Parts: sequence; structure tokens; C-alpha cells
Amino acid sequence: MGMQALYDTLKQRFPLGELTVQRDNLAFITVEAVRLYPLLRYLRDHEGFSHLVLLTAVDWLEDKQFQLTYLLHNRPNCQDVGIRVMIPRDKPEMESIHDLWAAAATYQRELHEMFGIDFPGSPRLTEEFILEGWHDTPPYRRDFDTLEYARETYRDRPGRETRDPAAHMKQQLYGDKGNV
Amino acid sequence: MKEELLKRVVKTPDGQEIEVEPLLDYYCQEGPTVQPPAYTAIIEKLFNWARSESLWILGFGTGCGAIEMRPLMTPRFDAYRYGIQWRPTPRQSNLFVISGYLSVKTLKRVIRSYEQMQGPKYVVGLGSCTINGGMYWDSYNTIKRLDDYLPVDVYIAGCMPRPEALLAGFEELKKIIRAGKAEGANKYAENFEWYKANQKSVIHDWDMPDYNW
Repeated sequence: MGMQALYDTLKQRFPLGELTVQRDNLAFITVEAVRLYPLLRYLRDHEGFSHLVLLTAVDWLEDKQFQLTYLLHNRPNCQDVGIRVMIPRDKPEMESIHDLWAAAATYQRELHEMFGIDFPGSPRLTEEFILEGWHDTPPYRRDFDTLEYARETYRDRPGRETRDPAAHMKQQLYGDKGNV
Repeated sequence: MKEELLKRVVKTPDGQEIEVEPLLDYYCQEGPTVQPPAYTAIIEKLFNWARSESLWILGFGTGCGAIEMRPLMTPRFDAYRYGIQWRPTPRQSNLFVISGYLSVKTLKRVIRSYEQMQGPKYVVGLGSCTINGGMYWDSYNTIKRLDDYLPVDVYIAGCMPRPEALLAGFEELKKIIRAGKAEGANKYAENFEWYKANQKSVIHDWDMPDYNW
């Protein structure tokens, strides 16, 4: 089944957002947050997308939204479909899918630590995942300034030089003529 | 703080109830002490010669630089012919090679391991990450200057330095040891408070004794 056909089948059961076809065997579908869980369950049980490849987030700071991408894989047909969900940035909360795929709990733990997204009911969600004793803004949020944090926390060794790569290479290749 | 380190009441096998404070009761509170040199110069010189000819490295790869250890310990570069070998435990080793970038989480384990090594002990910083942060200069999670947290004897620059550079660095360290200038462990004992303050300023969940030995 092609991606458009899959989309049409799903469309009969769920209200779906737009379809983005990347390749013959890779497409992304945007859905509302409340439709996600039944859609994932349907894809897993009836369409053969039995493998959760990854769950990741993108911080759309300007739109005040987080985008969650659930990438699923259909092994016999060698197809991938990504389900995209937009959730508000000021109340980042999403339904947990750890009972569909147990591995999702680990992804959700990571997203909770790195983006501060809450998944109520997900096991061991508030336990530390990678960071230890982190008290600042979740570091993968785009409003967290890593450079500023590094300057405040870790001491610099004097004498480090930074050059703009483009200007430096111009100088190396063309000397003073590069400035003309 | 981990649960097993909190103060609590435990019941002994014969029914007694006793209060336990793990950090005070299970660990020694003594800090490191400065080890004076041997009583005559010629003996100290002999000791230093012996120390320089048996550098035993703790097999703890902290970052990507650990990959350079494999060619170094296998026949092509064969560091064993210089009296350098790798040991599995800090108790048996006297040289700690910080191989590459050091995240705050790893730094905690590095400090524990370094303090468990027996003196005299030496630290080699490998790669530019240990010198000034290297390519991780703007990272929220990696330290920039290793010598803020541990006394470093030799830095080997590069990203990554080749095994030849490491061998040259070890030869340099041998010269320093033979000259009696590799006093890292004593420096650590003398400036213990300064090192501890620096370590605790980046490790926010300090849940171990101040000196783990």
C-alpha cells in the first residue's frame, strides 16, 4: 500500500491533518493530540506498524509549540510513517503511550528531562535520565542559552582564539587581496 | 541524595535499633595528606626512577579519546615496552589518562576514581577538550579546564592526538617524574579545599564523601 492509500484508509476512521510524503516509503501525518493514541493503536494492530522507531520533539519557539514526532515502522512492507502532534509550549503535556510500546517510557523520560514535556502516568518519568542534579531550564529548549550557561558555570582558559571560518579561509587563500 | 545515603534507623539481627548515617559511619572522614620525599636525595631519586618506569594507567575512558588507547596497547604502538600498562582498578594504577571531553556526570566518577588511586599518582589530560573545552567550549554539560578539578601533570594537545603523540607525552611525564616535579597528589592534598570547592560548584548532586579513598 502506498502512502497516499494508507492516508486515505486512515482518513475514513480518523480526522487527520496534512500529509507530507517524503519518499515512496516515508510519510508524515499531522494529527490533533487527542487523536494520537487511537491512531497509533490502529496503526500498530491493523496496519502492521508494529515497531516504534523513535519519539522525538522539536521546539518551535516562535510558534509557542512543541512538535512531537512518533516514527513507526512496518517491517514486512518496509515503510515508515511519522505521526506529528503539536502541543502548546506553555502547557507541555501529552498522553503517554508506554502501554502501546514499553520502550516509549524511556523516550518520554528523556523528553521530560531535556524539554520539560510531561507525560502523566509514564513509569519512572521524573527520575534522572542523563543529567544529574540539573536545576536550570531543560537544556534542549531553545530559550535555554547554553553558551551563557557554560560561561557562568565553567571557567575559561585565557588565550583561546575564535575566528570566523569564512573570513579566516579567505585570508588564508587570498591574503590581503581577499578583502578587496 | 540517594536513599541509601540518608540518615535512617536500622534493625540489627538481634533486634536492636540503631541509627545509621552512611556518609559519616561507612566512610573515613580523613582528608588526603602530603607525602614527604624520602629521607635522602639519592633514595628519592631511585624511587622516582622506579616510578617513572612503571606507569600503570587506569583503564577508564572518559571520552572519545579512549579510542586511541587500543592501538597504543596493541602490537603496532605497543606501549608496554615503555613500562606502561593498563589496569582494571584504581587501586592498582598510578596514572589517570583523562581521554577527551569530560561531562559533569563523568567528572564525578573521575574524582571518585582519582581519589581511590594510591599516591604518588599522575594525571594526563588528553586532547584539547581537557585543555580549554575544545569543540565543547559552549556545552552546558562538559567542563572546560581539567586543572580546575584535578592536578594535571601533562597535557597532550590534539583532537584527537595520535598514539605517537601519547607516547611522546608519556616520555615527557617520565622526565617530569624523574626530575621530582610530578607532585600532583601532594598538590591535591595541599589545595584540597580549593579543588573541592571547584568540584562542588559544577556537581550539583554531591552524594559521596568529600574524600573517597
